[in-house]
Amino acid sequence: MIEVRDLHKNFGKLEVLRGIDAKIEKGEVVVVIGPSGSGKSTFLRCLNLLERPTRGEVKIEGKSLLDPSTDINKIRQDVGMVFQHFNLFPHKTVIENITLAPIKVKGLSQNEARERAMELLERVGLADKAECFPASLSGGQKQRVAIARALAMNPKVMLFDEPTSALDPEMIKEVLDVMKDLASDGMTMVVVTHEMRFAREVGDRVLFMDEGKILEEGTPEEIFENPQNPRTKEFLSKIL
Amino acid sequence: MDKLNFSIVIPYIHLFFRGALTAFEITLLAVLIGIVIGTFMGMGKMSRIFVVRFLCSAYVEVIRGTPLLVQLLIFYFGLPQILGFTIPEFPAAVLALGINSGGYVAEIVRGGILAVDKGQMEAARSLGMTYAQAMRYIILPQAFKKMIPPLGNEFVTLLKNSSLATTIGFPELTRAAQIVAGNTYRPFEPYLTAAAFYFVMTVSFSWLMSIVERRLAASD
Ligand SMILES: Nc1ncnc2c1ncn2[C@@H]1O[C@H](COP(=O)(O)OP(=O)(O)OP(=O)(O)O)[C@@H](O)[C@H]1O
Ligand SMILES: [Mg+2]
Repeated sequence: MIEVRDLHKNFGKLEVLRGIDAKIEKGEVVVVIGPSGSGKSTFLRCLNLLERPTRGEVKIEGKSLLDPSTDINKIRQDVGMVFQHFNLFPHKTVIENITLAPIKVKGLSQNEARERAMELLERVGLADKAECFPASLSGGQKQRVAIARALAMNPKVMLFDEPTSALDPEMIKEVLDVMKDLASDGMTMVVVTHEMRFAREVGDRVLFMDEGKILEEGTPEEIFENPQNPRTKEFLSKIL
Repeated sequence: MDKLNFSIVIPYIHLFFRGALTAFEITLLAVLIGIVIGTFMGMGKMSRIFVVRFLCSAYVEVIRGTPLLVQLLIFYFGLPQILGFTIPEFPAAVLALGINSGGYVAEIVRGGILAVDKGQMEAARSLGMTYAQAMRYIILPQAFKKMIPPLGNEFVTLLKNSSLATTIGFPELTRAAQIVAGNTYRPFEPYLTAAAFYFVMTVSFSWLMSIVERRLAASD
């Protein structure tokens, strides 16, 4: 599904990613953990080219993202992204947030798009909020709308960048529940998170990143019960 | 010393009202032109393409770095020399003021766009929208809301600057005062009257804007 080879990213002189290799299979839930500043977000953002890699290769379903002939807007339709700060469109209602891209990008009719959007809102438990503006929603509700918005494009992969980090503790669960539901539905997911319980319960594989590299990877049991790399041990001892 | 006698203005008062109306018209049209030009120039200044960025920056710098009066004179008296025909006063005034306003609006637009959280562009692009679609549906509508207060100021500035159209002989508000001053040999009253007209217009417009701004703030 996703293949990353020798991925490097520099911001000026700062080397943020220093050679990342990773493979993500269809239907897999991969959790990325690591200390702040280790490059987790940058890695995720390279997967839909919100950041342009300095060098290396990223392939999604065999298509190279960096090949000049690749239509990146086409690729992005298949790669949904959920942000830490939701990034809902504040001037649009909930339903408009969800239907805008399907209508403008995929050319769906208003009715088709709305029907699909209502299904998704139903799924994330917010059907009654369709006509509200984002400002009137709680953080957890915003994030669930953001997930529905990404799903409306029928992506093949979903990227989550710390989707619960900006939420009050009592709202974390409602968002994680939606993500669990997605995972059990077979969605391919790459999730950057500090929610270790979620990683254990839902993750198929955990990647530990530090200083722009993947230092260790394995099943949640392997990483959490029996970490090999001293940096992984140190990180886990701090957060668990 | 002579006493002020505003009754001399009364026979001419229709000139002032008509002048005020034209000043308002010129300003409104010029601001609209300014918004169109300014939107493209403001976005152009942020373009990834060097030539576009350079040309748009040059436009803004030249407009802002030269006096409006000189621009107006070039437009009305200078251009015919090259074009071979004169642009009539009204379109000349509107165009010159509009082009001038475009330079200032460009900065307002740029400021408005930069004030939109950059996560908005990222969210739009991550959904597969092109840069143009993201600008049109997501960024500009939000930027425009942030631009409304400074655009209101621009309107007021331009309304006052429209008095410069007098120099190309256009019968707007200041010109009305000039005519009355000439006819009555009393300049003080007509100019004070013109000032009062401008003042009433700018103050009522500012008052209107403050209501709009309050509404906007409430809808956030
Ligand atoms: N656009 C940018 N320009 C310059 N430096 C950047 C940019 N984006 C990220 N960085 C730097 O790259 C490094 C890695 O950032 P990144 O956001 O990928 O880390 P992270 O692992 O997601 O951290 P966190 O857990 O805090 O979100 C940081 O030092 C950050 O300051
Ligand atoms: Mg991050």
